[in-house]
Amino acid sequence: MARSVEREKRSKHLTEEWVGRVYTLICVGLLVLTIFSMVYFVASKGLSTFFKDGVNPIDLFTGVKWAPEGEPPLFGALPFIVGSFSTSILAALIAAPLGFCAAVFIVELMPKFGRKVLQPVIELLAGIPSVVYGFVGLSVIVPFFRDIFPGQGLGLAAGGVVLSIMILPTITTIATDALAALPAGLKEGSYALGSTRWQTIYRIVLPTTLPALLTGIVLGIARAFGEALAVQMVIGNAPHIPTSLFESASTLTSAITLSMGNTIMGTAHNNALWTLALILLTMTFVFVFIVRWLERRSKV
Amino acid sequence: MKKSLMFVMSIVLVFTLAACGGNNNSGTAGGNNSTNKGAAGTNEGAGTNTGTGNEGTDAGTELSGSYLATGSSALQPLVDQAAQMFMEKNSGVTIQVQGGGSGTGLAQVSEGQANIGNSDVFAEEKLDADKAAELKDHQVAVVAMAAVVNPEITVDNLTKQQLVDIFTGKITNWSEVGGADQKIVIVNRPASSGTRATFEKYALGTKAEDLQGMIQEDSSGTVKKLVGETPGAIGYLALSYLDDTVKTVKYEGVEATEENVANGTYPVWAYEHMYTKGEPDAALQAFLDYMVSDEVQNGVVVELGYIPVSKMQIVRDIDGNVTQK
Repeated sequence: MARSVEREKRSKHLTEEWVGRVYTLICVGLLVLTIFSMVYFVASKGLSTFFKDGVNPIDLFTGVKWAPEGEPPLFGALPFIVGSFSTSILAALIAAPLGFCAAVFIVELMPKFGRKVLQPVIELLAGIPSVVYGFVGLSVIVPFFRDIFPGQGLGLAAGGVVLSIMILPTITTIATDALAALPAGLKEGSYALGSTRWQTIYRIVLPTTLPALLTGIVLGIARAFGEALAVQMVIGNAPHIPTSLFESASTLTSAITLSMGNTIMGTAHNNALWTLALILLTMTFVFVFIVRWLERRSKV
Repeated sequence: MKKSLMFVMSIVLVFTLAACGGNNNSGTAGGNNSTNKGAAGTNEGAGTNTGTGNEGTDAGTELSGSYLATGSSALQPLVDQAAQMFMEKNSGVTIQVQGGGSGTGLAQVSEGQANIGNSDVFAEEKLDADKAAELKDHQVAVVAMAAVVNPEITVDNLTKQQLVDIFTGKITNWSEVGGADQKIVIVNRPASSGTRATFEKYALGTKAEDLQGMIQEDSSGTVKKLVGETPGAIGYLALSYLDDTVKTVKYEGVEATEENVANGTYPVWAYEHMYTKGEPDAALQAFLDYMVSDEVQNGVVVELGYIPVSKMQIVRDIDGNVTQK
């Protein structure tokens, strides 16, 4: 009698074990399937520009004239690539110091006020829809730039500023976590040796947490790189490499969103847009690898 | 554990390959269209049912079926409102209206994923000739466009040649066309836009250039905002968007008004098309008839700023040949 109860118990555990395992495997399988098919779809569409439409990859990556409806059609995507990189890096340049300072303030200077008020407020920024950022950029930042700088206000600078606000939560949150995770002994040791608060932050806290801070920046750049709508509204969308920060320019994402709905699947123009999407996807992979590499370094 | 991982991977691979095979065979877009495909599948079934049921009977019979209209975002509000009104009268019919752009609409109706493809341009201008030949054109409204400038610009008439020179970059200062000494800022649409195609075809007669430093925006609202705010700006908008924040300029001395469009003196306008693949079935035909009925033409069409196709005194074909009605 007692034996059969025990056996029943054991078999129940075994079933649970198997249900859990199968459930997990199904979820993982579904995830992998989604990712695989996404990558396959974008890659097959994107690569057909080269294989089916006979566009030379070198022309695409180095060409500066984008005229897919022209005679003959030209697919020079360099202006978009340059635009994407410059807006994201500009955004990171603006957001990184702000994010670090906010994190230092939250963790080191005023933990109570920082944790309770400042951090939730900054994280709130992540929840605002991007079209709101775009509209605020168009209504506030663009007229502001138009008044004080030469040009029409639209351009890389406006795009960079809008993006910097969007990626601020990413950088701040990661920096805050990194600073908070720092062993207290390091700081205490520094204080014990007689260094001031600023010396401790500048010489001990920042260098030790640098890899984590860089991870935050790279994730921020990746987010900025993929943002479409807000940038499209404020950047001007001229398919040229701009000569100043206040001249109309384009990014990979803005070029895709502007034309994707108006072009027909399978045409050369549409395939070229998928190629831009493929470049975006590849860059995201690169960013993920950089983050992985930084994380590995921070553990050592 | 390793074995089960291998198992999962191989399943995934099989599924992916199967999905690819499916895609290649049907030659359709895949991914994001799969829901539409499903919808179209059920539509087909419903459509054939009503088709056989209504044969030989009068309009008094109950119409039924569910349909998908997709395409031009400029035409979307009109079709959407008309569809709501039509569905109130015919409770058996469901018409879903989606945006996505003229190109998407034409492609989806051509591939059978949607029942109606809304478009700002003729199908022949976007699709291959043999694919376009399968589609049946239903012109439901006319949309006219006007060149607009910043309110501070003193110029109030531009000739065709002046517009061409501005949009191809030969004229860069307002003083060259009789205005103040101020740089011209062009607010254009992306090269694939139906609005831009219409403007290029009927106002310029040539392709505009994507110039360095020009602004390109897809939405009419943004174009209006930028033209209204940016000193020296010029752009073009559909008549329904015009108000005091921008200044409308005459084209070759002709004002952009409904009468001038209707009698053919103002040439910058385009038909709004609703394409079906082949002949529509009874319920769809009833909806398309409803679109050109007086109730819609003098109601929603006018309310939303389009020009009723019934008011047009002229007919224009794809090559721009104009004939009196």
